[in-house]
Amino acid sequence: MRLEARAHRSRVAIVVAPFAAIAFTLGVTMLLVAWAGAPIGQTYALMFDGGFGSRFAWSETLTRATPLMLTGLSAAVAFRARLWNIGAEGQLYAGALAAVAVGGLHGGSGFGVPAAVLFPAMLGAAVLAGAVLLLIPTLLRTRFGVDEVVTTLLLNFIVLLFVSMMLDGPMKDPTALGWPQSVALRDDLQLDRLIARTRVHTGLVYAAVLAAVLAFVMRATTFGFEVRAVGANARAAAFVGIPVARTMAVVALISGGLAGLAGAIEVAGRTGYVTLDMSPGYGYSGIVIAMLAGLNPLGVLVAAIFVAGVLVGADSMSRGVAVPTYIADVIVAVSLVSMLVATLFARYRLRR
Amino acid sequence: MTGADLVALFANADFWSAVLRIATPLIFGTLGALLCERAGVLNLGIEGIMVAGAFAGWLAVYQGASLWTGVAAAALAGAAFGLLHALLTVSLALSQHVSGLGITLFATSASYFAYRVTFPNVSTPPTIRPFAELSAIPIPVLASQTALTWAALVAVPIIAWMLYRTPLGLALRMVGENPAAVEGQGIDVVRLRTGAVVAGSALMGVAGAFLTLSAFNAFYFNMVNGRGWICIALVVFAGWRPGKALAGALLFAFFDALQLRLQQQAGGIPYQLYLMAPYLLSIAALVVVARRATYPQALMKPWRKGER
Repeated sequence: MRLEARAHRSRVAIVVAPFAAIAFTLGVTMLLVAWAGAPIGQTYALMFDGGFGSRFAWSETLTRATPLMLTGLSAAVAFRARLWNIGAEGQLYAGALAAVAVGGLHGGSGFGVPAAVLFPAMLGAAVLAGAVLLLIPTLLRTRFGVDEVVTTLLLNFIVLLFVSMMLDGPMKDPTALGWPQSVALRDDLQLDRLIARTRVHTGLVYAAVLAAVLAFVMRATTFGFEVRAVGANARAAAFVGIPVARTMAVVALISGGLAGLAGAIEVAGRTGYVTLDMSPGYGYSGIVIAMLAGLNPLGVLVAAIFVAGVLVGADSMSRGVAVPTYIADVIVAVSLVSMLVATLFARYRLRR
Repeated sequence: MTGADLVALFANADFWSAVLRIATPLIFGTLGALLCERAGVLNLGIEGIMVAGAFAGWLAVYQGASLWTGVAAAALAGAAFGLLHALLTVSLALSQHVSGLGITLFATSASYFAYRVTFPNVSTPPTIRPFAELSAIPIPVLASQTALTWAALVAVPIIAWMLYRTPLGLALRMVGENPAAVEGQGIDVVRLRTGAVVAGSALMGVAGAFLTLSAFNAFYFNMVNGRGWICIALVVFAGWRPGKALAGALLFAFFDALQLRLQQQAGGIPYQLYLMAPYLLSIAALVVVARRATYPQALMKPWRKGER
């Protein structure tokens, strides 16, 4: 039995593949819901309602999708160059910490520096922190051949411990009653609400604009071509004169910067300060989102809304029926795997 | 801490017992990852497979099975996720990175889901009676270990022997270097790689089971806590050799045990710095060995029959 590339790419197969993957995912997770002893129809209805069923549901989903879009873009651009950045979680926290370190200077007053200056500086610091955090493992790979999968993964743990240290020490909010959280940002450094009386903030606009810019850069510029060439075949790219190591380094700065920005946007748009549980694995989810989107920046926006909807919907569903919220992560994992298989079979077929 | 304190610490059998205890899951996990990678398949599912092994082993024992049945259940759970990884990466030749991370997410969330379904309303995790220390053995440090640690120590020479002294081991090493040559010998590449990934993943499952059946007596969320990723680093550090994998796991465990002791004694220094040390050391070790690391040549390269 072997795989054989289809001679004619069937348009039907390419359109049908994602739906087949979703149907398969629903089928598998239905078994789990049945096992939990909950009514299947009601569970899915509650989940859909909680994620997409009302104005409030949409606002919560979009709020949750904002950091996921940015980490998804971070993974998409890195993976396109075959730079396996598994460290977006750490980069996000580094960005959040840097944002508060700059924006929350001097016990949160920021020395009274006007927001017009401090706000860009704050975002810049976050981007820089994330970028540098990924640049190090990338240089270790291109200079010394150290596998970046392992180093970026290990850096996640190091960064989280560093954040914990900062929240216990110099960046601790003295008024937080011993709770490990940082000082809060000034009101004028926080992002505006995008929709009144919801938590949706202008971070969503940042994510959408960046996705559009990235889509343009990847498709229509020389740099985008170089990134794709390095990802497709680094040796061939080097042979035709593309500076592989430099391209990788720039990709690392973009990818790490996007993840760092996700941290700053979360702080400025949602929490106002840094805590150790501000990200329930947004960095890791970003990888799944990038893969679901086929590494397409605009697709990342859609995939992030899907994943956010599942997460928000599951939270709301589990208050109604006895199905643990972990079902959301199962749905996301199964949809990733089935999407990969489905798109494979849209391009290949099995031959005996 | 003075030099004399350090000497006293190293003369203390309890310290070395702790080193072996910390090393045990790393030995199982590293051997498992090594088997997969020697056959040419990176298995980033390890972190989740360890969670699944920890949960499956513990659940079996909690429901009345013997401890060794629990270990078998953990191995089986690991093998099942390994089979899925092999189907995706070997049979279907999908990206090993993506599939592995997907398996980690799947195995972790499925285990947490199953735990919550089985125990909807518990606040303190239910406990079991874990493996007892083999105190009948008259050697100080080994007497305070459980049978699973012994099993890990015995597994190292067995796997080394299998890899270097048997036809199966030769084929397995070769399929990670040059699958086309293996094919030329009339051996089924897909089957061989699948077998290696399934066996390696079973070992990862046992690594998880050590946590719930020996090191602790209950299943906690986040209890694997990056140990799987450490194993992936250790395989590189060990140069894909079982003996060096054992040495690497012991070295890592030594530093981990040391930082735990120093943490308790030294005042003024944030405890997080101590916790960071093993991770920083792992990265430093990878940088040191990277120049002369000889990766299995076909590692992470999907193989399709008839394609070059």
